[in-house]
Amino acid sequence: MATIAPDNHGLRLVVRYTVLTIIAIIFVFPLVFMLVSSLKPDQQLLADTSSMRAFLPVGDISLNNYYDAFDRAPVGLFVMNSVIVTGVTVVLSLLVCSLAAFSFVFLRWSGRSLILSIILATLIVPFETIAIPLLLIASKLPWIGLEGFTTGWLNSYRVQIVPFIADGLTIFLFVQYFKDLPGELIEAARVEGATWPQIYRRIVMPLAGPVIATAAILKFLVMYNQYLWPLMVVQQESYRPVMVGLQYFFQLNRAWGEIMAYLSLITVPVLVFYLFLQRAFIASIASTGVKG
Amino acid sequence: MKTMQLMSGVALAAILGGSAMAQTELTMWYHGAGNQVEADIINQIISDFNASQSDWSVTIESFPQIAYNDSVVAAALAGNLPDILDVDGPVMPNWAWAGYMQPLPIDESVIADFLPGTKGYWDGQLYSIGLWDAAVAMVTRQSTLDALGLRTPTLDAPWTGDEFMAALEAAKASGDFEFAFDPGMAWTGEWYPYAFSPFLPSFGGDLVDRSTYQTAEGVLNGDAAIAFGEWWQSLFTEGYAPGTSQDPAARDNGFIEGRYAFSWNGNWAALGALGAFEDTVFLPAPDFGNGPIIGAASWQFGVSASSEHPEGAAAFIEFALQDEYLAAFSNGIGLIPATATAAAMTENYAPGGPMAVFFDLTAQQALVRPVSPGYVVAAKVFEKALADIANGADVADALDAAVNEINTDIERNGGYGH
Amino acid sequence: MASKLTQSNSAGWAFAFPGFALMLAFIILPFFLAFGLSFTNQRLVTPNPTEYVGMANYRQLLGLRILTIEPQRDEAGAVERDDNGDAIYPRMREFTRNNADYPQLAGLQEWFSIDRGDRRSFVLARDVVFMKAIVNTVIFVLIVAPVQGGLALGLALLINQRLRGINLFRAIYFMPVVVSIVVVSLLWRFIYSGQSGLLNNLLSGLSFGMFTPVDWLGNPSTALGSIIVMSIWQAVGFHMVIWLSGLQTISPTLYEAASIEGASKWQTFRYVTWPGLRNTAVLVLIVITMQAFALFAQIDVMTGGGPLDSTQTIVFQAVERGYGKQDISGGSAISVILFCIVLSISLIQRYLTREKS
Repeated sequence: MATIAPDNHGLRLVVRYTVLTIIAIIFVFPLVFMLVSSLKPDQQLLADTSSMRAFLPVGDISLNNYYDAFDRAPVGLFVMNSVIVTGVTVVLSLLVCSLAAFSFVFLRWSGRSLILSIILATLIVPFETIAIPLLLIASKLPWIGLEGFTTGWLNSYRVQIVPFIADGLTIFLFVQYFKDLPGELIEAARVEGATWPQIYRRIVMPLAGPVIATAAILKFLVMYNQYLWPLMVVQQESYRPVMVGLQYFFQLNRAWGEIMAYLSLITVPVLVFYLFLQRAFIASIASTGVKG
Repeated sequence: MKTMQLMSGVALAAILGGSAMAQTELTMWYHGAGNQVEADIINQIISDFNASQSDWSVTIESFPQIAYNDSVVAAALAGNLPDILDVDGPVMPNWAWAGYMQPLPIDESVIADFLPGTKGYWDGQLYSIGLWDAAVAMVTRQSTLDALGLRTPTLDAPWTGDEFMAALEAAKASGDFEFAFDPGMAWTGEWYPYAFSPFLPSFGGDLVDRSTYQTAEGVLNGDAAIAFGEWWQSLFTEGYAPGTSQDPAARDNGFIEGRYAFSWNGNWAALGALGAFEDTVFLPAPDFGNGPIIGAASWQFGVSASSEHPEGAAAFIEFALQDEYLAAFSNGIGLIPATATAAAMTENYAPGGPMAVFFDLTAQQALVRPVSPGYVVAAKVFEKALADIANGADVADALDAAVNEINTDIERNGGYGH
Repeated sequence: MASKLTQSNSAGWAFAFPGFALMLAFIILPFFLAFGLSFTNQRLVTPNPTEYVGMANYRQLLGLRILTIEPQRDEAGAVERDDNGDAIYPRMREFTRNNADYPQLAGLQEWFSIDRGDRRSFVLARDVVFMKAIVNTVIFVLIVAPVQGGLALGLALLINQRLRGINLFRAIYFMPVVVSIVVVSLLWRFIYSGQSGLLNNLLSGLSFGMFTPVDWLGNPSTALGSIIVMSIWQAVGFHMVIWLSGLQTISPTLYEAASIEGASKWQTFRYVTWPGLRNTAVLVLIVITMQAFALFAQIDVMTGGGPLDSTQTIVFQAVERGYGKQDISGGSAISVILFCIVLSISLIQRYLTREKS
């Protein structure tokens, strides 16, 4: 690993850790504010924002806001919906996009650069632009499911999943990463008569730990934090995800304590997913003996 | 033998099941998700209705209010609207014109006594009816008025514009308040046009020319409107009111915490003020020259155009219009019940009740927002103009820009069917 | 990697097909629909049939004119001046409203003006807010791209040390990335609050009370800057991680060689580290630029485009026009304009960062 071995003596060490810690505080303080505020009653919460007490769990601490949040909205349902939609999309996306990137980088076929250019061009298109036409398309798509043949994908999980499986950014990340892999490995495998699927499964993907983790985190974040699309295509509460649920808390009887509690609740799955991938990420970097 | 038993069993089941099948399901959407009080009341109405007859069964889907209009529009595009629809009064002409709603086939004699703001007419037909109306008033405390030495305005003798500004000056000079007046700039969205556009006709202008609804030129940027704009700007430049960066929390609690002397607020928030102080009073709007005017019309029920059972929807809506339910909503969320008889049943609006003044305010001073499909755009444009003027933009230019946009929009929509 | 062994049409198509087909159906097709809509007068909510209107939407968005006029003069012919000594010019509304002499100026509004000696040129635009949105978005990108990329590189260099517990710090620096931008915007609204905000209190405390509280989001000159700071705070961790993986591909033997030669830290960076980061730099720059052009959620939650249009952005205008004002064709036209702007910039970026072999 190409890290720089530092001078680990006394003062230098203290200075380094101090700098790192100050920066860490900068990155973490709003989250601390959110968590601590979720434990306070509204009046105190708002009064505390004008002093350092905003970051301290002092005063009238309780879990009441959390109980109230669960009363106001089916938080568990929303989190479950988000986790299902996000999880399935991430897994499918990793598969589909890595396959595509594999074909762009390691295979030669007619139309390859044209298709890749088109895909990369879609990076520019913000979602809000295509939301309405996409809505019109989604409301007319056919589906064969448990109820037989139906048209229209609204109020379902698939409408929140399928349009987002393939996206330009994920493919781009995989392409950039695959480009850096040594070509000799692939050539050697081909000489030995390995089929492309075998190369994909046995050689390329096991080396792709870092990019899988990066792409997975990014996709997870995008899917988990979606608001506009679920708002448009889901009208039944049973399919709503967490960001639409956030609006339940901004009715006329707004309670900032409950909002903080809800925000904390919906941030937890993401942090868990991130920390889990963190370990996998570190592990795969450490084991990458091919590079450097 | 066994086959006979089986078949008669099946036949029996079919008959029994069949009679239950005769009940038609009606879907309904409501904007109250996240608000437990409203949800309880509407659910009660629905279960009472379902129990009272066997032809129709209503099921409800709740939406958060902020997202409600967008959800309905998206659903309409996808062809997925429910039978019964909840619609905000001034938005109804837009949805009716677009073909989302059909005329409401209820007996109009039922609603004869209803407050005018609760009835939604478009193109000469009734499309929606509301269970309540909403009003705005100047909330303050009697002790504040006494301490500042101000005359208490009444419905018949409201403050003039000058008296109002003098009151603000007195409050500011006293030094007891963070700001003299809280118009509620933190509540972006429909609050701005609802609460502030009535000042325009009081000055002599309007949001759009109501004789033709084809232009805003001259009414929104004429001399009267510019006078309104300059008055509006002075509220902020002179430091009487917190501006657009007001904290939402400060808006929600500021008056109760004693930060503001006067608060321009709706009666749905008034319950809080009543609970906090014993001497809360609700003053009428100031008269800036053409009479004191406040807004009107709130959420109303209607039938979607794609519904195959308008008569069922109408039956439910008529059922919901009974006085006991009007009173229940009023007690729960503090809004004005639609009939005087229902008002007499409520805690707050019965004659002599603490908020009975709002009933009179609505009856005497209310002016609905422009009844036009173009209102949806005009409201957004006006909201921006108000915010820009409050932030110091040139009044005439801001109003000109608003007029340009409204007129262009009306033209591009072929006059909006007027 | 070009050799007979790698030529395979069937495998190539098979592997790429699922991804490409999905993108075709759910991104490319809707985009072409939106593109087509921009040439019509399609509304979101309307009983009127859709009509083809050609470039009308674009003309309305991008219409610009320049009017150069002389200052007002009094009867003696001398230039009228105001208290500051500046020449007084007639108001634009006299030219743009109900003025039969200037029909081409009807409906335009003043955007800005340039003084040229004894005359002034007024730049009039048909949609001033959209012009401001373009300017703000470009400013945002021009500031965020280098600052965020640079800060991320600095953090990556900082984290790329073998210290105990360094992974904990890396995890913390990445944490804002995993929080929804909507959540972040809500929290930072408290921080930026003008009356009792945390930032004002902190700065007051640090300066021993000499600092006067600033209304960060309510003041046109600080609003965009505040949004920039918050956006960088949220996203820098992600790019730090990308730089990190790039740093870790640089061979340690190069570093050893450099230290043997006695290279200073700066020389090591310039001749060993930076060249090895080339591919990573391209990736970081492109991703930051794309994301910066799509600035929307923070504006929607925190400022709504204000105050005085200082935080208007292109995507925010597209959403407001398309959904808020029910003008889908206008919203689509804005999106197409955005696409063209970003396409040109990314082509320029590609040209500038191409491999010079």
